[in-house]
Amino acid sequence: MTAYILRRLMQTAVLVAVMSVIVFFGIHIVGDPIWLLVNPQMDQKDIEAAVRALGLDRPIWEQYFHFVSGALRGDLGRSFIFGEPALTVILQRMPATLELAFTALVMAIAAGIPLGLYAGLKPDSWVSKTIMAGSIVGFSLPTFWVGLMLIMVFAVMLGWLPSTGRGATATYLGITSSLFTLDGLRHILLPAFNLALLKFSLVIRLTRAGAREALQQDYIKFARAKGLSPRRIVGVHLLKNILIPVATVVGLEFGNLVAFSVVTETIFAWPGMGKLLINAIQSLDRPVIVAHLIIIVLLFVLINFLVDVLYTVLDPRVRIGAKAA
Amino acid sequence: MSVVGTHGEAEIERPPTGTAAAPETPLRRLMADYFESRFATAAFVLLVTIIALALLAPLIVPQNPYNLAEVDVLDSRLPPGTKGMAGYTYWLGTDGAGRDLVSAMLYGLRISLAVGVVSCLIATVIGAAVGLIAAYVGGRTESLLMRLVDLQLSFPAILIALILIAILGKGVDKIIIALVTVQWAYYARTVRGTALAEMSKDYVEAARCLGLSHARILFRQILPNVLPLLIVVATVQAAHAIALEATLSFLGVGLPRTEPSLGLLISNGFEYMLSGKYWISFFPGVVLLATIMAINLVGDQLRDVLNPRLKR
Amino acid sequence: MTAAVEAEVVNRAPTLEVVDLKTHFFTKAGVVRAVDGVSLRVAPGEVLGLVGESGCGKSVTGCSILGLIDPPGRIVSGRIAFAGLDLVRLPEDELRSLRGRRIAMIFQDPMMTLNPVLRVDTQMVEAILAHRRMPHGEAWALARDALAQVGIPSPERRLKSYPHELSGGMRQRVAIATAFINKPDLVIADEPTTALDVTIQAQILHEAQELCRRTGTAMIWISHDLAVVSSLADRIAVMYAGVIVEEGRASDVIGAPLHPYTRGLLGSVPSANARGTRLAQIPGMTPSLINLAPGCRFRARCPRADAECTSEPAISEPLAHRQVRCWRPHLEGAMP
Repeated sequence: MTAYILRRLMQTAVLVAVMSVIVFFGIHIVGDPIWLLVNPQMDQKDIEAAVRALGLDRPIWEQYFHFVSGALRGDLGRSFIFGEPALTVILQRMPATLELAFTALVMAIAAGIPLGLYAGLKPDSWVSKTIMAGSIVGFSLPTFWVGLMLIMVFAVMLGWLPSTGRGATATYLGITSSLFTLDGLRHILLPAFNLALLKFSLVIRLTRAGAREALQQDYIKFARAKGLSPRRIVGVHLLKNILIPVATVVGLEFGNLVAFSVVTETIFAWPGMGKLLINAIQSLDRPVIVAHLIIIVLLFVLINFLVDVLYTVLDPRVRIGAKAA
Repeated sequence: MSVVGTHGEAEIERPPTGTAAAPETPLRRLMADYFESRFATAAFVLLVTIIALALLAPLIVPQNPYNLAEVDVLDSRLPPGTKGMAGYTYWLGTDGAGRDLVSAMLYGLRISLAVGVVSCLIATVIGAAVGLIAAYVGGRTESLLMRLVDLQLSFPAILIALILIAILGKGVDKIIIALVTVQWAYYARTVRGTALAEMSKDYVEAARCLGLSHARILFRQILPNVLPLLIVVATVQAAHAIALEATLSFLGVGLPRTEPSLGLLISNGFEYMLSGKYWISFFPGVVLLATIMAINLVGDQLRDVLNPRLKR
Repeated sequence: MTAAVEAEVVNRAPTLEVVDLKTHFFTKAGVVRAVDGVSLRVAPGEVLGLVGESGCGKSVTGCSILGLIDPPGRIVSGRIAFAGLDLVRLPEDELRSLRGRRIAMIFQDPMMTLNPVLRVDTQMVEAILAHRRMPHGEAWALARDALAQVGIPSPERRLKSYPHELSGGMRQRVAIATAFINKPDLVIADEPTTALDVTIQAQILHEAQELCRRTGTAMIWISHDLAVVSSLADRIAVMYAGVIVEEGRASDVIGAPLHPYTRGLLGSVPSANARGTRLAQIPGMTPSLINLAPGCRFRARCPRADAECTSEPAISEPLAHRQVRCWRPHLEGAMP
């Protein structure tokens, strides 16, 4: 098992290296890299001084090496707007985004799996047909519009929930999160729900497809022939088999959730990475954009790796493939 | 009734041939299968209606919302049903600049549809070409192309679009480039998979033996068999493209403010929502939702109908 | 079996009696009459071989007995008498308490009948605990003993493994052990050796036979392979196109078949043909079960068919303990 993990880590490192090459040279091919690191608002003299100081008049290979060594040290440039290192600026806001994405994921799973299971087990009931029709609607809903409507209904018309911002945070076991306070929960409910809607339909459809396929399998028939209760058949035999593909897809979708939080954070004024990115694009704060890109890449790579490990844990066939039978 | 043949074999019963119907082309059968579902038929009708409205917009709306002469800023933020200065009723109200919402919505719909469809078509052509070439040529080229495809597909569309716009800047053409970049990989992967399956079939081998040129085999033999799946994928992707463009416009990094698409209209209404003027964002959103949903439903049914495994 | 033992067996009440069972599948293409009037009987401790080619309805018969027919299929009519109950009319939860406890089933492909993500002991213990209350450890010990009984070495290790870690023969032994673990009165085995190597087949057959003898369990062994069935079964029932066409003692049916189909089956076994001659075949194909011609189902392929075969033959008993569904059975050469 450890050999497998080590191998995966190596592959990951290679992937990150490749990505860094693509990012770096991509930026250079598309635009003038000077403006990535030097504020175009400065005087001409200062610009030239900065160019020399940053080594931008050096050959490109040297620049890349400089970039990588800087990146490995954690230096990805300074934000024009905030004046602080871009990396710091992003990392400060990352917990809020992760918290939002995580809550949304939990919501989507907690509601989606039972509904999908029901639709798979009883495909002809009108409840199931409604669920499936609803999932197509959910699939088609533009997230940002739903967010607006949610604010409209719950914050403006009914006044039950706050419309913007993140609530108070508390720290348990070294983790600071707004999920630990009631105020925090009130604030996170709408944005997380908005984000969750995106994946809700996906989870329902996945679970339903998985359930329908699993039901055709012989082991379900054998379980019935053994006289097991339906609860056990669904809860143990069926679920454990469905969980494998569902878990892997959902795990990978976490990355998508983080990316799409850009929209939700904008609407609900949630102080996360996504909102930072939009502001950075609009104010042309390029170091932040670059740093954001790199961090997202790292995050994705990490998620992929974790999902692979999760897969081996869940599916004994893959796990033991390495050992002798 | 069974008929015993000359060698004592039983024949499986066939329907009486006296009542032969008109020859059933694949298209006819496809249409017949498609319209079996009431949902799908309704979705199709809805889609056609939406497209018709968009195409006929200049003829049916009371006002051209881009012509500043027709728009009266004093009429801004009026609730639905109010009668305006120019004499006609603002059935769905007006937005912050005084534009009649119905007109603005239909014009916005035109732009949303146009951008979505154009980017989808371009992406289809590029993606299909890449997929076909990858499948046909094979070897290193295929590996390289598919690695590229996989790499791109493992990242969320919205992020790629945002980064591209950050680098390239704003503008209609930049948006289309971004949308195309986000979509092509999906087509490439689907087409390559189908093309590979087709290439292992006998008719390709036969074409090769006949000495047909590569281009001919690729475009006249393989492509038509890949087309059904491509159409299904294109439908779903068109919906995605429209949704993505709306999202980008909403975030302020999409189409320019001079020709607002539905996304921009919705974002315009954002600031008025907290004061209860919901209609500015609500109605364009409903139209957007209806469009996307209609396309998705049609695509869904097309997929079910074209999938041989689900046939009885 | 000797004639005396056989007489005694026949006179005792049968463990299972199926009377005129009809199971139909209502599909869009039409009604598939998979089982269309099957009657059979299994005595306690007896092995009944149910033989027929693919698609003749033998698996559906087995599943019908256990009530495992899913929509669009349904038992349309008939009676299944077991332990004083009619299984066709029994409510689902009572049927469930019988399954795995008094009637058990073994399926064809053990890789798919055992859930690949659950351990072997989990799957065996749950079969016990579904019907009997006992501490987990006790059930585990029972499972271990059951595995030892079917000839699996080091059963403790095997219990802790996953199905894909075992060979095909071992998996099937696990399935058999699971079937016998609650000491059922009847075990239905649906082609359990078809997916296995020939050498393993022989072992499994032997073990199954042993188990039945030891525990007095009756068994219905479903197969398309006459050779397998002939060495194992006490009685044989031959099925064709949804009905039983011949039934009798194994030695009688194999040695002196009455029905033309049985004769054709036996004749088409390669070893029955002389070297160098063409393999004998039954001409034609099995009829579609949706559009069945009226009359005898085998008529179109039968070398002996004539005018009276246009009406469905009734079941007759031309000889003692032998039944056949044919107007013109091969009575010559058969022993009374």
